[in-house]
Amino acid sequence: MALTDLTAEQAVRAVTAGETSSEELVRAYLERAEHDDWHSFLAIDRDGAIDRARVIDAMPERPPLAGVPIAIKDALSTRDLPTTAGSRILEGFHPVYTATCVARLEAAGAVVIGKTNMDEFAMGSSCENSAYGPTLNPWDVSRVPGGSSGGSASAVAARQAPWSLGSDTGGSIRQPAALCGIVGLKPTYGAVSRYGLIAFASSLDQVGPFARTVRDAALLLQAMVGRDPMDSTSLEWPEPIVLPSAERLDGVRVGVIEELMGEGIEPGVRIACQAALDHVESLGGTLVPIRLPHAHHGLATYYLIAPAECSANLARFDGIRYGRRALDAEDLLEHYERTRGEGFGPEVKRRIMLGTFALASGYYEAYYGTAQRVRTRIVEDFEVAFADVDVLASPTSPTVAFPIGERTGDPLAMYLSDVCTIPVSLAGLPSLSIPCGLSDGLPVGLQLAGPALSENRLLDIAHALETAIGFDAVPAGVAA
Amino acid sequence: MIDEHVTRHVARLARLRLTDAECDRMQAELSAILTYIEQIQELNLEGVPPTTHAIPMENVVREDEPTPSIPSELALREAPEVHGGGFAVPRMG
Amino acid sequence: MSTTWEAVIGIEIHAQLLTRTKMFCGCELSFGDPPNTHTCPVCLAHPGALPVINREAIRLAIIAGHALGCEISERSVFARKNYFYPDLPKAYQISQYDQPICGPGRFRYLTPDGEQTLGITRAHLEEDAAKLIHLGAEGRRAEAEGSVVDFNRGGTPLLEIVTEPELHTGAAAAAFLKQLRQTLVHLGITDGSMEQGSMRADANISIRPAGTVGLGTKTELKNMNSFTFLERGITAEIARQTALVEGGGRVAQETLHFEPTTGRITSLRSKEQAHDYRYFPEPDLLPVVPDRAWVAEILAALPELPITRRERWMRDLRLTFEDAEVLADPPELGDYFEQVAALAPPKSAANWVRGDLRAQLRERDQEPWQSGVTPDALADIIAMAESREISMPSAKAVLTHVIDHGGAPRDVVAKLGLGAIQDESELMTLVDRLIADNPVQAQQMREGRDKLVGFFVGQAMKATQGRADPARIGELVRERVSAG
Repeated sequence: MALTDLTAEQAVRAVTAGETSSEELVRAYLERAEHDDWHSFLAIDRDGAIDRARVIDAMPERPPLAGVPIAIKDALSTRDLPTTAGSRILEGFHPVYTATCVARLEAAGAVVIGKTNMDEFAMGSSCENSAYGPTLNPWDVSRVPGGSSGGSASAVAARQAPWSLGSDTGGSIRQPAALCGIVGLKPTYGAVSRYGLIAFASSLDQVGPFARTVRDAALLLQAMVGRDPMDSTSLEWPEPIVLPSAERLDGVRVGVIEELMGEGIEPGVRIACQAALDHVESLGGTLVPIRLPHAHHGLATYYLIAPAECSANLARFDGIRYGRRALDAEDLLEHYERTRGEGFGPEVKRRIMLGTFALASGYYEAYYGTAQRVRTRIVEDFEVAFADVDVLASPTSPTVAFPIGERTGDPLAMYLSDVCTIPVSLAGLPSLSIPCGLSDGLPVGLQLAGPALSENRLLDIAHALETAIGFDAVPAGVAA
Repeated sequence: MIDEHVTRHVARLARLRLTDAECDRMQAELSAILTYIEQIQELNLEGVPPTTHAIPMENVVREDEPTPSIPSELALREAPEVHGGGFAVPRMG
Repeated sequence: MSTTWEAVIGIEIHAQLLTRTKMFCGCELSFGDPPNTHTCPVCLAHPGALPVINREAIRLAIIAGHALGCEISERSVFARKNYFYPDLPKAYQISQYDQPICGPGRFRYLTPDGEQTLGITRAHLEEDAAKLIHLGAEGRRAEAEGSVVDFNRGGTPLLEIVTEPELHTGAAAAAFLKQLRQTLVHLGITDGSMEQGSMRADANISIRPAGTVGLGTKTELKNMNSFTFLERGITAEIARQTALVEGGGRVAQETLHFEPTTGRITSLRSKEQAHDYRYFPEPDLLPVVPDRAWVAEILAALPELPITRRERWMRDLRLTFEDAEVLADPPELGDYFEQVAALAPPKSAANWVRGDLRAQLRERDQEPWQSGVTPDALADIIAMAESREISMPSAKAVLTHVIDHGGAPRDVVAKLGLGAIQDESELMTLVDRLIADNPVQAQQMREGRDKLVGFFVGQAMKATQGRADPARIGELVRERVSAG
């Protein structure tokens, strides 16, 4: 068995037991990360990673994460390590500070090996919007890995990292996890500090793990979760995150979101999800059909709120304090317009425009204001549902990985990729995607969502289902 | 719906320079997206409060205790242009 | 028949708060330090950095709201105000919009004509912009070749106070602002320095035919960094608008700049000025819902408001408006005065503190509360002077000695031999000798030139080195001259 076949949990155990070292693990993964057939990475920190691995190997006692390597989405600020958020406007930028979540992982003994590719400023569902070229899906290099955290997902699927960090605003962890056949967890809004996460939509953004197993995802969350004085919206976590161990689902009520199991969902996806849900009953749980009457307004709501917030969040990229600036501007106005016009890609400009419009004088109430009220309705729908069930289930993505270029000409078609994940994001709820089978040789993800702060229970249920499903396929091109 | 004038006005507010071709395309794409989005304007939302934070919290503050600032060399390190310890800005219009 | 015009004026005040750190990050506030030495990822708006509210700024805003007579909002919300400018690193200012921390109220203040009130629309918290330094041509924006930004000031907590348009003259605006400033300084909310820009005032000005109630088109006048300039600027703008309208023109809504050196008013219009601020609630911050007990605790710990203190002095201590106004500012002077007034007759205490004490100390660049003259010492000097144990000139000499060398006033009197001559026969002998030595003046007095009594008193004071009681000398001179 190769070192890169170990789950992160197994790797931690192996290092702690002295069976291998952090340096050996880091070198094994660097080897794969540097042969990057999928363009998972935007930057690799070979020397730094090996140095840190050696420091950990020299410690009298292994820290909790034992020097196991990790890949980090390029949306997270890493001191002195290039950070671009997939944008031309941040080309060559080296942050002066490290994001809280990354700092916490490093303090727990994780070793950052590199920064992963992403849709520019996390805007996209395919990783095709990166200014540095697309990431390819390890299951089929003619297809997208999903997005926006496509590089973090493909890195884990392609065994270039045992686990990774992504960020999820409307589905940017769960959807690529589904398309790449791995586990992706978006915690409750506020569970993980956003300090150092380059903001897309502040009221929706959340950092979370990609992993090969639910237990690995829990292990990573455990090391990051909780209040950060630098992020006002971060939550005091009421209990430690425990590694899930449930095997049965006795007494568990799983709500199946009816609106997301019918029309608009590819048959192969529906069949795989239904098969996975059949395990609920064999494990002793109950399936309950649930309606979320406002869920189908989620996409429209999201595409007002997220762009509105991003139009302000991305205003700081003005070529004065950092990043690229347009050369030889005649005056300040030209400087701003050309720096931003040349620095941002088409999708980013589209969303900035949409958000600026939604907030503009005369349009605010009809657009942004209305969206905030629909958001209230969506939140209420979930409250009603969770009065009846423990978790909600649906496909993570309406389709499997789609061909590169298929949706780039049609923004709305691309936006529909997140139709299943967006309502949960608007409600700020914890949610994860687990692989639940293949459709035409491509992975399908099952989305589970729970009430706010219910991570332990959600992970337990996901673990039991994951075990029952027994998904163990590996992309053909990845076999060691 | 959104016309060329509005598109140009919004681009100016957002400080984005668009070529004529970009502007045409932007106008068409925004119109299509907004047509889709306008479904929510059909909903009866009377008396429904807006949600800014899905997880309600309040009163998160810090004490008025200084924390170290960063050295000015570091503050200026990433700037495209520095002049006399400050960030250089082009001529005001 | 010609129309008379009435000006309608509202004031917007920006006061930097006396916190230790910035509004949304832990960088220490500074003044005059080298550029960009008080910054961090938050106040430089680095990617991924987030704001956190400074609790002390909330506390100061609550105090200010109380002093302004405003309601303290049960729930206030921060909002993003979006516009691009190099001194605004996020390209949005975190401010408050439809839910400010202080709601409507009326500010009470005293003027020589009695109590006044002015409607306060709102007061809200926000962050200050950074400092833009224009290079090239001296200061003038349009001619500058380029600019550099210093972010030390960026993010300083500001309280913006907006008044109702209820003022009518530049003088009234200046009188209001003086009282407002005194109140805010007294309560430790701001240092109130208009010269250094820690308190800034803009005026919204329009005119209308006297006796009508509508509002004309208003202009916003900026850059009046003293009370005098505020008054002069507003007066000039009213004159400009009146001349314009009387000449058949119309007032344009615009932002204007008052140039104090020339008294000129210029337009700030530029192509960047078409603003649509696109306010929306700041998602990175949570609503502020001040705990009632906390608010009560803050208000219970407050010192007396300046207006209350001054009203009390005028009522209980019988001070004049002017005495009370002078003594209340700065608050330390008021505290000092109160300590003296507790030990000496209040009116005398007021005269001494305002007069001799401050005059003598000012020459030495000192303030009463920092000087060697304790309230006890000053009260002793006053007591000796009032009881005529020492003469006024001696009292002043004692004060000078205490300022320069310290010591208890009674010891100083003894040491310097300044005790007043109490012995009537000694004084009589002195007066007789002076009359004999100055027969011409004595004769003129007898002929009715009573003013010459001052001459004899002066001679007596000189002869006794100020130890004689001038009033008693005067009486004796008149008595002996007519007797002679």
